[in-house]
Amino acid sequence: MLNKMFKAAIAALCLAGPAAAQDSSIIVQSTTSTANSGLYDYLLPIFKDESGITVNVVAVGTGQAIKNARNCDGDVLLVHAKPAEEKFVADGFGTSRTDLMYNDFIIVGPASDPAGVAGMSDAKAALTKIAEAGALFASRGDDSGTHKKERALWKAAGIDTTQGSGEWYRETGSGMGATLNAGIGMGAYVMTDRATWISFANKQDYVIAVEGDTEMFNQYGVIPVNPEKCPSVNVEAAQTFADWLLSADGQAAIAAYKVDDQQLFFPNAPAQ
Amino acid sequence: MQDIGQALSLAFALVMSGDGDLYEIVALSLRVSLSAMAVACLIGLPVGALVAISRFRGRGLVLVVMNALMGLPPVVVGLLVYLHFSRAGPLGFLGLLYTPTAMIVAQTILIAPIVAALSRQVLEDLNGEYAEQFRSLALSRRHMVGALLWDARYSLMTVALAGFGRAVAEVGAVIIVGGNIDHLTRVMTTAIALETSKGELALALALGIVLLAIALGVNAAVHLLRQTGARLAYV
Repeated sequence: MLNKMFKAAIAALCLAGPAAAQDSSIIVQSTTSTANSGLYDYLLPIFKDESGITVNVVAVGTGQAIKNARNCDGDVLLVHAKPAEEKFVADGFGTSRTDLMYNDFIIVGPASDPAGVAGMSDAKAALTKIAEAGALFASRGDDSGTHKKERALWKAAGIDTTQGSGEWYRETGSGMGATLNAGIGMGAYVMTDRATWISFANKQDYVIAVEGDTEMFNQYGVIPVNPEKCPSVNVEAAQTFADWLLSADGQAAIAAYKVDDQQLFFPNAPAQ
Repeated sequence: MQDIGQALSLAFALVMSGDGDLYEIVALSLRVSLSAMAVACLIGLPVGALVAISRFRGRGLVLVVMNALMGLPPVVVGLLVYLHFSRAGPLGFLGLLYTPTAMIVAQTILIAPIVAALSRQVLEDLNGEYAEQFRSLALSRRHMVGALLWDARYSLMTVALAGFGRAVAEVGAVIIVGGNIDHLTRVMTTAIALETSKGELALALALGIVLLAIALGVNAAVHLLRQTGARLAYV
């Protein structure tokens, strides 16, 4: 009887969902910042028209995206943490890493500006002021690209945030949008990428407090997953997608994406 | 608070606009969670019935475990299913990760214990009334299980609805194994999570209202079915 039930269950499952792995589709492991800003909603239909390839985007933090790609659960990796990306390629999981586009990180805060950092362009000095004032700071705390960058800045400023963890330094362990929602809810400063901020709808009284530091440069890279490590990858479609992003057409499409008349991503792939 | 009023009118506008994307998401939510409910019933009802009529050593422990499994955290179930279905996992060759099927598997694991534990209680109570009769008729286990399941069918519908409710409302499991991929694995709850993370709180709330309306619709349909069935039984 159990055997029969098991078979029935399997049959029901097979009826329920066709396998998604068709030749003309790929999975891109990517970051919440690129997905939440609407970039893919703009780019992917253009690419589909040209190539007939369906691109399915899984948007998670950079740390998780790399982990998923290491498990061979993706055909292309598109994230923003260069050292981790280079390690991914060096470990043989990616065929090559190419600069794709950039924007920058900013620190947003409440209009009341409790730490007095509004208008500053030196990220390290601003973080030092925030820490000294004991003003609330909401961190991603999720090993994402943004979180890696933020930790590097704290380190450069010589501040040990573990001392303030749970006090003024609040690690949400969530995506960019969720962290912005939480930070805005508690009146904390938040470091975010500019694309997410421009397209974020729940800004309330928050404004950009710190911007313009070259240290806050945010570079995105694209990496096709290596079929030698992951035989399941759709090599041809993955390469087609990566090539298109890096081509003049793809780069122009990235530059053309705007929210509120502001360009969100600046293409900077090496000339082909 | 103005978000709530805005959300209500937005929910209404969304449904009325006949937005294709919304209907696609709603349809996938229903397909995934109803399938999970069906499979969970196929597994959970017989298990619940068998435990209800059986007496064996360690039964108390089995009951405690069954009841405890009702509290399985969705995100843990999602992670376990991910680890199995990942290309690097033991079932990776099936290529099921990031498909609706993986979502159905995850939700089935989540709600089968609920169906088993609740149906066990319902059927055990009924078995208390029927036990003497069963003995006098010298029925086989199989017939006992059949008779109990049939006679308790209306209560068991509520059990199935409890499972459906848990499945359609959870986000932790489906977002890990489905990946919230647009036009492929995006369901109501993952869409709500996405809109929340974009800061589109009114839209997220509007989707929540639509989800509530769907749950209401499913429950109303079952209620009607039950009433019709009960009426026919007396004819």
